[in-house]
Amino acid sequence: MIDNIFGIAGTALNAQLTRMNLTASNLANQNTTAPTEDEAFKSKRTVFKALLSKADTHAGAPHVGGVRVDKIVDLQDPNPRVYEPGSPHADKDGYVWMSNVNEVTEMVEMMASARAYQNNVEVVNTAKALMMKTLEITKA
Amino acid sequence: MNLVNNAFGIHEHALAVRNRRVELISQNIANVDTPNYKARDIDFKKIIAGTQGVKVMATNDKHYEIAHLENTPDGLKFRVPFNAATDGNTVEMAVEQAQFSKATADYQATLMFLESRISGIRKALRGE
Repeated sequence: MIDNIFGIAGTALNAQLTRMNLTASNLANQNTTAPTEDEAFKSKRTVFKALLSKADTHAGAPHVGGVRVDKIVDLQDPNPRVYEPGSPHADKDGYVWMSNVNEVTEMVEMMASARAYQNNVEVVNTAKALMMKTLEITKA
Repeated sequence: MNLVNNAFGIHEHALAVRNRRVELISQNIANVDTPNYKARDIDFKKIIAGTQGVKVMATNDKHYEIAHLENTPDGLKFRVPFNAATDGNTVEMAVEQAQFSKATADYQATLMFLESRISGIRKALRGE
């Protein structure tokens, strides 16, 4: 029964790590330019989903009660248009489309996922300690 | 043989319920960022009351265990959040962390009761 706790915390570690990866990708693409608004980089966000029943689980996340990344969505903030006539991405008026990444919200997102990750690491540690204590019951 | 069948008394059931509670709270912690997830907890008193009621001997084939742990969904309850989140999530990390440490302490308390039972039985068997 205790190994289910490890599994649940494991799915959460996985999901939070995906979220942190996306934040890193967003920050890396902060200064990406594009010739059109459609091609401009959009900040990405994860949407989590609880694994409520066996039907929700799959090989990578077989633990009911855990969590997985349901989908990755583009942030709908408008992309800023910047005058940069020297850029190869500039249109005939000399404008390029920048990414809509806001580094402040990305940093907040990163800290939130890091804290959530740490919480789950603590769950794993506690579950491990309880498991060891339970095994020692035979020595009583 | 009452000593063997009922050696651990209530603690045997209690340990399973305690373990289930730790598991449930770890589910809540795992789903802290899941939209529309509702935090759940166990009603320990209710479940233990249920298991105590079953400690009756089956004298008829039609007698059956009514309060097995997995089959008591009534024991699960939704937590009422202090502040509702806009995404419909009711997990509050501070509450869950506090409950998690309480749940693990409870688990260890039950373990200690079991340990003392075992060492008591051992002592009785040795007859020293």
